[in-house]
Amino acid sequence: MTTMEKLVLPKLGIRKLIIGMLAEHRFFGPVDDDGATLFKQIKDPAELDLTFTNSTVPPKALLFKQTETLFKFSLGRSVKIDPVDITNERTIIFGIRPCDAKSLAILDQVFKGDYEDPFYLTRRKNTVLIGLSCTQPGVNCFCTSFKDGPASSENVDVLLTDIGEKYYVEVRSDKGKHLIASMKELLRSAKAEDENNVTYVEEKAIAAITRNMNIEGMVNKLDKMFENSLWKTIAMKCLGCGVCTYLCPTCNCFDIQDETALEKGARVRVWDSCMYPEYTLQASGHNPRPERVNRIRNRVYHKFNYCPKNYGVTACVGCGRCIDNCPVNIDIIDVINKAGEAKV
Amino acid sequence: MNVNPYQPLLATIDEIRLEVAGERPIKTLKLVLQEEDLRKRFSYLPGQCVMVSLFGAGECFFAISSSPTQKGYIEVSVMKLGKVTSALHECEPGDVIGVRGPYGNSFDVDAWQGKNMVFIGGGIGQAPLRSLINYIVENRKKYGKIDVVYGARTSEDLCFKKELSELEKRDDLGVHLSIDVEEEGWKKFVGFVPDNLLQVKPSPKNTIAVTCGPPIMIKFVIQNLLKLGFTEEQIFTTLEMRMKCGIGKCGRCNIGNLFVCKDGPVFSYKQLKNIQGEM
Repeated sequence: MTTMEKLVLPKLGIRKLIIGMLAEHRFFGPVDDDGATLFKQIKDPAELDLTFTNSTVPPKALLFKQTETLFKFSLGRSVKIDPVDITNERTIIFGIRPCDAKSLAILDQVFKGDYEDPFYLTRRKNTVLIGLSCTQPGVNCFCTSFKDGPASSENVDVLLTDIGEKYYVEVRSDKGKHLIASMKELLRSAKAEDENNVTYVEEKAIAAITRNMNIEGMVNKLDKMFENSLWKTIAMKCLGCGVCTYLCPTCNCFDIQDETALEKGARVRVWDSCMYPEYTLQASGHNPRPERVNRIRNRVYHKFNYCPKNYGVTACVGCGRCIDNCPVNIDIIDVINKAGEAKV
Repeated sequence: MNVNPYQPLLATIDEIRLEVAGERPIKTLKLVLQEEDLRKRFSYLPGQCVMVSLFGAGECFFAISSSPTQKGYIEVSVMKLGKVTSALHECEPGDVIGVRGPYGNSFDVDAWQGKNMVFIGGGIGQAPLRSLINYIVENRKKYGKIDVVYGARTSEDLCFKKELSELEKRDDLGVHLSIDVEEEGWKKFVGFVPDNLLQVKPSPKNTIAVTCGPPIMIKFVIQNLLKLGFTEEQIFTTLEMRMKCGIGKCGRCNIGNLFVCKDGPVFSYKQLKNIQGEM
């Protein structure tokens, strides 16, 4: 990690800063899409909505796409494979929240490894993350439960924090440094007053987070309660709709399907969900996770037991999306806290 | 980073053998990679798997049923069950399919040198064992006593019949076949595989037992092996799950925190006993 540069950007300069970036990058940022905030490609800074709490769909969707063509093929007398072009344009994701930025660091672990996923990793390499600190966290935000914060710059290249008249700018990586280099005339060095302001804003945001998940010792605890009745209790309520998985910034499960039209086709990857019975259903009819209780337990264990074991990190960033959007109010904070309290 | 691990190599189906006819037929497909260079470089160990795809139908994860001692091709033995396997059963020699792999871990054939081997298979579960058995038979001198315990529902359902009768002719290994229900002309064991195992009664001394078959068979085989005095470390099995990526990313083949495609498919009973998860 390079030493952090501490700068400020007068708010009037942000338009110019973004226009400068638009010239050489595909630029994605939060846009109000009929009441829902989504990360979309923009051509003009005026399209952005920076008053959002967080986007409905996590920005992971820009790197790990909901639908991705893995390759194309032609059938007929001879089979031919047409590889898809994996090279990717330089991209900026502007306004990503620190929790979602952390989710990408977790997804990196999945898509790296013995077999690298070129689709995700190439995009990741060519993408600069310009984070935007949360100044007004949502009611179900709990990033602080993971020792992260609403103004954490750890997983972004540049972090902007709104301190009133200005943005406080932390340049966190070489990628960020490189991006900012040509825009130096818009930025000023941060003064002691700015430092005080950013600390104040950050503390205020942290204080606004009221919910807390206690994950201490959770890996060991879950090891001891695989057969606990808690999972059945939660499963009774669950509809199995899968919204928690589709909106989760760390969920990475996918399906691979062939799409064909006459003699042409493509193999396509699409997001999948461990909450559906078909996900594990075998051709023989056997299903290792036939009941909802099996599936909901798998999801909780995947986040709080398997990922910590495999990658050394809990696969939850405290964004609160699964809580906000669950149609039957299943609350992952309650689930984990209850697991923590359960007698084993 | 620009290698696309989801993109298969093209292979031609060189030969198709009908192993089992009837309602749930099994065919062995002999696959030859189209590019000579890749064909020469493709190396694997018994127990490893490949993702086989029929373009337009999809992909399936299969244990390689041929032995790596046979060069230039690989074989998979496929029971007709779902969408892809049904489409594979419609294939004819000369058809082109996709292959990627090999994936997963393997049977530790080096560590098992000098040991007695007992193989306990049921039905299509013999496919991964066939690779291992043929490998060990090819390297016969490096291993001790060998017993092949194998059964199916009927005599017709026995897979690899011709090869088994070749093995039966050898005097340096024992073949113990069984069928579940009595049939006219069947003079060998009648009953379930775990019971046949008890009758064969292999000695656990310096022996490795490898089993594969339906989950319920594996369960009772393990129970009986323990009865015979085998320890958890002497018992191995190879598992299957629904799979899509084969490389530990799509998520679905996990048992606890382990992925069958990447951390398996071969597990010792000791390992399995200590994982909490659905199988």
